[in-house]
Amino acid sequence: MSPAAAWTIIRISIAERLVYRGDFALSTLMRFLPIVTQVFLWAAVFSALDAAGRPAEVAGFSYHEMIAYYLLTMVARAFSSMPGLASGIARDIRTGAVNKYLIQPVDMLQYLLLHRIAHKLVYYSVAIGPFALVFWLCRGFFPGWPDAATTAAFAVSLIMAFLLGFFLESTLGMIGFWFLEVNSLLFIYMLFAFFISGHMFPIDMLPAGIAAVVRLLPLQYLAYFPAAVFLGKVSGPQLWQSLAVEAAWIVFFAVAGRIAFSRGVRRYGGYGG
Amino acid sequence: MGTGIPRSAEKAISSGGPSGLHVPLRYLRVLATFARNSLIRDMTFRVNFLINVASSISWVLMNLGFYLLVFRFAPSIGAHTGWEQWPFFAFLATGLLINSAVHALFMVNADELSELIRTGNLDFVLLRPIDTQFVVSLTRIDWSALGNFCVGVVLLGTALVRMNYVPGVAECLLYIFFLVCGVAIYYSLMIALAASSVWLGRNLSLLDFWFYITTFARYPMEIYQGRFGAPLRAVFTWVIPVLVVVNVPARLLVQSVRPSTASDWFLAAFAAAAAVASLVASRMVFQAALRSYRSSGS
Repeated sequence: MSPAAAWTIIRISIAERLVYRGDFALSTLMRFLPIVTQVFLWAAVFSALDAAGRPAEVAGFSYHEMIAYYLLTMVARAFSSMPGLASGIARDIRTGAVNKYLIQPVDMLQYLLLHRIAHKLVYYSVAIGPFALVFWLCRGFFPGWPDAATTAAFAVSLIMAFLLGFFLESTLGMIGFWFLEVNSLLFIYMLFAFFISGHMFPIDMLPAGIAAVVRLLPLQYLAYFPAAVFLGKVSGPQLWQSLAVEAAWIVFFAVAGRIAFSRGVRRYGGYGG
Repeated sequence: MGTGIPRSAEKAISSGGPSGLHVPLRYLRVLATFARNSLIRDMTFRVNFLINVASSISWVLMNLGFYLLVFRFAPSIGAHTGWEQWPFFAFLATGLLINSAVHALFMVNADELSELIRTGNLDFVLLRPIDTQFVVSLTRIDWSALGNFCVGVVLLGTALVRMNYVPGVAECLLYIFFLVCGVAIYYSLMIALAASSVWLGRNLSLLDFWFYITTFARYPMEIYQGRFGAPLRAVFTWVIPVLVVVNVPARLLVQSVRPSTASDWFLAAFAAAAAVASLVASRMVFQAALRSYRSSGS
């Protein structure tokens, strides 16, 4: 795809997203409300530990680190969540809208990637306000800025979280070429992803055996990993190793998505549309 | 028009038949029809129904899994609150029972109300010779939400067994009574928010707001303390009484670890009063919304 065409796609997608920016700011702020309850819940947990004379840490996380962790997973999710990507692809396949990608010299995965980048850029521009406000209010929970290497690793992990989220969910959407009704499968994926990605709790809290299995999966990179990097829970050689594994997962899903697309198109009957 | 007879009674009366006992019976019959039609509809789309049940149960199980993890590390939620693992699960079960009942009876309808107002199709509902709030609140019953209700029952039973606690008859009856009070408070909040879309237009965020508020109510109120927690607890107990919804009935069943105090009974009495007050207030909001809706013309 030519750079000019790519830029046009980005421009159009940005314009499309900006139409709904009013809703954005409010709903972004409201997305932080459950964190308020989490803060109180964890405060209660840690005060119980204190009253029982036990050390004030849960799976290696102090109270402040736990709250900081949840806030950081929200940042990670802002990068890795792909709302409507998989279901959109499945829907396009089901309704026959995929045709437009097949007829025109526009590659579907490239288009979707650029489209998603544009949406994310708009999202960040509107969400930066509420996010900054919340983080500033909660600055007491953070131990301060980490060193340059950790901050750089954090930034890299966020970008990789975006790429992994994109290729993973777009590949999932490709299932639509083989099964017409994908939404239930997607919902089950979302459910497990929420539980195992670290979005709900740090993976360190899991019993050793289960944690080992979960760490083999790519989902941890969508929420847990960037937060753990920032808080210094993953460092040194382990950090670079994990980043390398994540890169491998990204390549895996990028390739898998490509193969699924070309196989699926060959099988594609053009139902609907 | 200004006859002093409540609109609902007026309609019931005008639809034929003598007043008095016939009115509640008629409403019960209509409710039974709603329930049956909704069940038929849910069974027609059986796969969808089963998926809904499975996914909401999965969500609940994941949350339970999370709390099991928490209790691996901590002995209780809050210091000296009595909310150890099984009492806390009894609390969660109570929340499940109330939330699933509200979901099953009212959720779809509240959503629909916003749509009816927006599209103007509420006119057709207003034409019917039956109380509008009744119809709008209960037309569609979502039977799949009762999956969570069953989970709540099982969880409650398990928790009671683990606590070695068998509640007496009086406690059980009180418990059910306060479950109903909780449902009434949640319903009032929900219908008032949905009806307010008359004034606030597209209010997708309002029902989201309802979800967030009920998230606050999902935990024992003891966790809200400190500089921000105490005011939060006060507001959501005495002003928007969502914190009493789950807390009051749950406290009844954990007597063995957390015996009821005088303030608990006061809170319970308040909960009952708040349920009535919420219903009355939401009724007033609903009627005001209808008046605005009608006077806006189209």
